[in-house]
Amino acid sequence: MKATNTDSHDQHNTNAIKARSPLAEAAGMFFNNYAAVVALLILILVFLMAVFGPILYQTDPFEMVWAPFSPPGEEGFLFGTDYLGRDLLAMIINGSRVSLLIGLSAALVSIVIGVTVGALAGFYRGFVEEVLMRITEFFQVLPTLLFSMVLVALFGASLPMITFAIGIVSWTAVARITRSEFLRIREQEYVMASRASGVSNTRLMFAVILPNALPPIIVQSALMVGSAILFEAGLSFLGLTDPNIVSWGQIIGSNRQYILDAGYTVTIPGAAIFITVLAISLVGDGLNDALNPKLRQR
Amino acid sequence: MSALLEVNHLSIELTTRDGVAPVIDDLSFDLNAGETLSFVGESGCGKSMTALALMGLLPENISRVSAGSITFAGETLNDASEDRLRQIRGNDISMIFQEPMTSLNPVFTIGEQIAEVLRTHQKLSRRAAWKQSVELLNAVRIPQPESRAADYPFQMSGGQRQRAMIAMALACEPKLLIADEPTTALDVTVQAQIFDLLKDLRRQTGTAIILITHDMGAVAEMAERMIVMYAGRKAEYGSVQQIIEKPRHPYTQGLIACVPHITADLSNERQDLLEVPGIVPSLKDFGKDQCLFASRCEHRSSRCTQQRPEEHQFSSDHSAECWHAVEYQE
Repeated sequence: MKATNTDSHDQHNTNAIKARSPLAEAAGMFFNNYAAVVALLILILVFLMAVFGPILYQTDPFEMVWAPFSPPGEEGFLFGTDYLGRDLLAMIINGSRVSLLIGLSAALVSIVIGVTVGALAGFYRGFVEEVLMRITEFFQVLPTLLFSMVLVALFGASLPMITFAIGIVSWTAVARITRSEFLRIREQEYVMASRASGVSNTRLMFAVILPNALPPIIVQSALMVGSAILFEAGLSFLGLTDPNIVSWGQIIGSNRQYILDAGYTVTIPGAAIFITVLAISLVGDGLNDALNPKLRQR
Repeated sequence: MSALLEVNHLSIELTTRDGVAPVIDDLSFDLNAGETLSFVGESGCGKSMTALALMGLLPENISRVSAGSITFAGETLNDASEDRLRQIRGNDISMIFQEPMTSLNPVFTIGEQIAEVLRTHQKLSRRAAWKQSVELLNAVRIPQPESRAADYPFQMSGGQRQRAMIAMALACEPKLLIADEPTTALDVTVQAQIFDLLKDLRRQTGTAIILITHDMGAVAEMAERMIVMYAGRKAEYGSVQQIIEKPRHPYTQGLIACVPHITADLSNERQDLLEVPGIVPSLKDFGKDQCLFASRCEHRSSRCTQQRPEEHQFSSDHSAECWHAVEYQE
């Protein structure tokens, strides 16, 4: 059969402006937000530092390279040395690896748990939802720092354990957001239409509903990377960290006694955490504006 | 040859706050391949429930088939497994919905969505499925199908989306297409195009169509036979021509009288549009042993409120469930 339809309505529509895909449109919105773009650039720099820093700047962060407490800029050490005479710049660079790695992987852990729980609860409703949401509430009311401290103290302060401990206490927000999006979207007609075309439940959940539920989940995940970095800093400040690795929080924690004599040993890693987390928050905010249709065209 | 679809004494119960209501009450009909059967009735009379039951998509937990059977191509659907039903849906029976605006997934392109159906049921490769979906878009007369396949639903007009839905529904050449008010949300010129398209496609593929509508014009245009539903029951059944010429059930007469006639002489004073007085009974009155239309019927007698009317056959393919259908017709 030929395309014989020539009604003006269709013709007109075909010649209309080629609208961009939703993704391209969101990207456009994002790049109009200067704060978010600057923050993204900072994040990229931090990321590059984490990846290439230790290769370019090969000083061992654990080695005593100079007299303790030499202030920043003196004797060729940009950030000075700490109480053991270790190069603070090397520690910051190596610490960025750990902080970002834990931030990202802990966020990933909580996204995987949160999305799975939220999707199952929102899709199946009824008994499944009841059980899963009670479990979620149980994790919500646990004092998060205390619970993860207990986990790390009991099972050892290895990187995977710390990641898991952070992830396991922060998935509840993702689960609740995912569930609420699923509750909304599962009633949409296109879900019924997909069901009517023979799509299985698993595919309905993850290939039909989830892509539509992603925007708020993406925003929440971005923010969660920031809070996971903070969380890790908190844990290692308290000494719950692998002593064989450097992280920003650990630098602060180990130098905290000398905060009055050598404030820079604490402020520099503190500023590193502050800038990174702030940048992540701004990027998350930019994503929120770009992906949340209610804020569009404001 | 036995019919493609046979529905025998189907009853569906819906659990509401007030108790269990039979939203479909003892419904029987059959449908042959390539034929179009239309369901007509007001909102809430069970048309869409019938459609969902045929697809095995009744809302879980609150509704169930309580009696009767649905037989499709020799297979009993109402006790088929969920896996089997999933194979049938979209492949042997498919459905198009009322709202083309909301029945396409907004985050995937039209082509991807059609290809998805093909990949699910026919195990086509990604590329073959895409090619096929472009052909389908062409078949439903979407201009420049190659480029339109890469469009998102929001880039299309309502009529085009409904065509895309039809393309998706017909992707696997189903034996039965259920169209649930396919043109209600579209404007009149587009409605006519969609009906033309459906008729052409039916001629080419031999797909049987169940058309659910409240638009008598659509019925006259598309269908050979029709069922007038009222409060979950079959009020009247027959060939479209017979029913429109000689409606037997007072409800059908009311429905037909409701249709405005554009050809009425405009120079004369226009006749007031007729309406069927009253409203559909509430769910808790469904299933009572009486004529459910009685409260709105001018021919009501005491018998109507005491006993459910039996089906009265007028000819081999015309029947009505009304105690008085014979008397007052004359």
